[in-house]
Amino acid sequence: MNLHEYQGKDILHSFGVKVPMGIVVLTPDEAVSAAEKIATESDSSLWAVKAQIHAGGRGKGGGVKIAKSLDEVREKSSQILGMRLITPQTSKEGKLVHRVMIAQDVYYPGASAPKEYYVSMLMDRTKGKNMIVYSSQGGMDIEEVAEKNPEKIFTEEIDPAFGIRDFQARKIAFYLDLNGKAFKEFVCFIKALYEAYVASDASLFEINPMLKTSDDQIMAVDAKVVLDDNALYRHSEYAAMRDTDEEDPAEVEASRAGMNFVKLHGNVGCMVNGAGLAMATMDMIKLSGGSPANFLDVGGTADAERVEKAFRIILKDESVCAILINIFGGIVRCDRVAQGIIDAYNNMKESFSVPLIVRLQGTNAEQAKNMINQSGLRVHSVITLKEAAEKIQEALS
Amino acid sequence: MSILVDKNSRVLIQGITGKEGTFHARQMIEYGTPIVGGVTPAKGGQDYLERPVFDTVVQAVEATDANVSIIFVPPAFAADAIMEAADAQIALIVCITEGIPLADMIRVKQYLKNRNSRLIGPNCPGIITPEEAKIGIMPGFIFKKGRIGIVSKSGTLTYEAADQVVKAGYGISTAIGIGGDPVIGTSTQKAVALFMKDPETEAIIMIGEIGGMLETQAARWIYETGNKKPVIGFIAGKTAPKGRTMGHAGAIVGGKDDTAEAKMKIMQDCGLYVVASPAEIGMTLAKVLP
Repeated sequence: MNLHEYQGKDILHSFGVKVPMGIVVLTPDEAVSAAEKIATESDSSLWAVKAQIHAGGRGKGGGVKIAKSLDEVREKSSQILGMRLITPQTSKEGKLVHRVMIAQDVYYPGASAPKEYYVSMLMDRTKGKNMIVYSSQGGMDIEEVAEKNPEKIFTEEIDPAFGIRDFQARKIAFYLDLNGKAFKEFVCFIKALYEAYVASDASLFEINPMLKTSDDQIMAVDAKVVLDDNALYRHSEYAAMRDTDEEDPAEVEASRAGMNFVKLHGNVGCMVNGAGLAMATMDMIKLSGGSPANFLDVGGTADAERVEKAFRIILKDESVCAILINIFGGIVRCDRVAQGIIDAYNNMKESFSVPLIVRLQGTNAEQAKNMINQSGLRVHSVITLKEAAEKIQEALS
Repeated sequence: MSILVDKNSRVLIQGITGKEGTFHARQMIEYGTPIVGGVTPAKGGQDYLERPVFDTVVQAVEATDANVSIIFVPPAFAADAIMEAADAQIALIVCITEGIPLADMIRVKQYLKNRNSRLIGPNCPGIITPEEAKIGIMPGFIFKKGRIGIVSKSGTLTYEAADQVVKAGYGISTAIGIGGDPVIGTSTQKAVALFMKDPETEAIIMIGEIGGMLETQAARWIYETGNKKPVIGFIAGKTAPKGRTMGHAGAIVGGKDDTAEAKMKIMQDCGLYVVASPAEIGMTLAKVLP
């Protein structure tokens, strides 16, 4: 589950990780009073106005602005609130901004120059252990750094049995060339950050930038936090942070029905049992000259109710010009799936304007094919994957 | 011959009295799998599906000499169930459960490090040696006995492959579904290595998907050890968008070396027979085998 910056920072803060003071608001009026409050409590005379959406690269799309006066806070927050923010990580339609965060300015001048760093925590899949990735090249796209200066990115593996040790925290601080008070602050910062990572069952923390201020404080100026969906059952307070406004409505609807759906941008909808076969089916659509409109794993029980729900979700997408059902019936028999398809189709005949190709393979596949052929529906029934590919080609031409 | 499981395996079912456990216990027993008992905490002492039920795995092992355990325990308790089986010296642990928290699996992996148990899964269809032992949730009838080994991250793609193998006139020595989670017990490479050592496996089908480096590692290992048997490879997810999880928790396109194309290229360079679609598995097999 992805979180907003402000939600991620709330979690960090609750574990003692230093973050700039920030207040989330829904209107320009609230933005101004938030800025006043921050000014009194932090003697900040500048404010960052930051769009809260689930996508990185917000600054590049004009979603992060600096305001130098309360008037500017009002102006910039009015500009950002309600805009469709397009960043390198959003679709070309962008994302509607419902909230902005007004944050304290932490780049104030002082004894030393402020400096940005990069720190992230995630799991190393090859080793099955968590690791900390860090670099002195903060504030920019880490993939760009990885390409141009791979020698400037370091990783530290964490032993799951012992967690982060002091020597590791010190090692990272030395490699980042921190010293004096900043060094001590960093050691506390990174240990608290790791504690938060583990305790919240996160699968990604990305702090970019982490800032050393001019008076040697270390803080998380931005925070990308992704939590492990499988562990949300033990964190009801974090589970409640889910913002379905940030997700595709069709995906939300499918997940409520217990199906796994990902919206894509092609012209052939598909409904498949099993994630691997679903991906392979999408690939096959592409090989046949089409382009997949979605990923959909209907799971093991492809009964009429489920199939109908899936049809409705797929057909909402107007670019869909054919639907392929690909079910390998194992323990669920194909004849039962076929009955489900026939019932669902009959229930919603009027809304069905695109060709339907049904491929049922496995237990009772022949019987299922006959049932569909005799049902009188305008459905192409096939058994092998190869036949299915040919039918897609036909339907698209 | 076969790998890991056969008619002499002695199989325990953890979570035998649950809904999933019961359903699949019946299917496995019907298939002829040597199921020797079950474990459900606080239900020990009774008989269930004509098998004894125990409170703990260690009691079950003492009484039945079980050496394989299959786990149908809800995700919140599954990591603990795996560790309990390992503590009781079960040689092969097959975990079917989907949705185990990542942090729990990191701990499991650590726990298994200095123990003698092998884990398959989690979030997998299990393992089958046709006509001997079905230790999983796969439809048994698709798998006919033979000389092709199958290792796959995906359940339904395993069935698809098995079906094509059989229709092409061949059979399967053993099929293993290793699971689609980011942290799993048995890697693609480990499974392939077992097939390479098995004298009766003549060719291997290796099915992967986007996410992680398991297939790349396996391909490099196959190449470095001299391509001893023909391996047919497929990677699902060429059309998956970057950064989205495609059903399996582990199926997510990461950096540029982590795409389906990149993996297939490496597999090809390492001398594997890479197919563009699973529809081609059967015919490719007919081409590479004498």
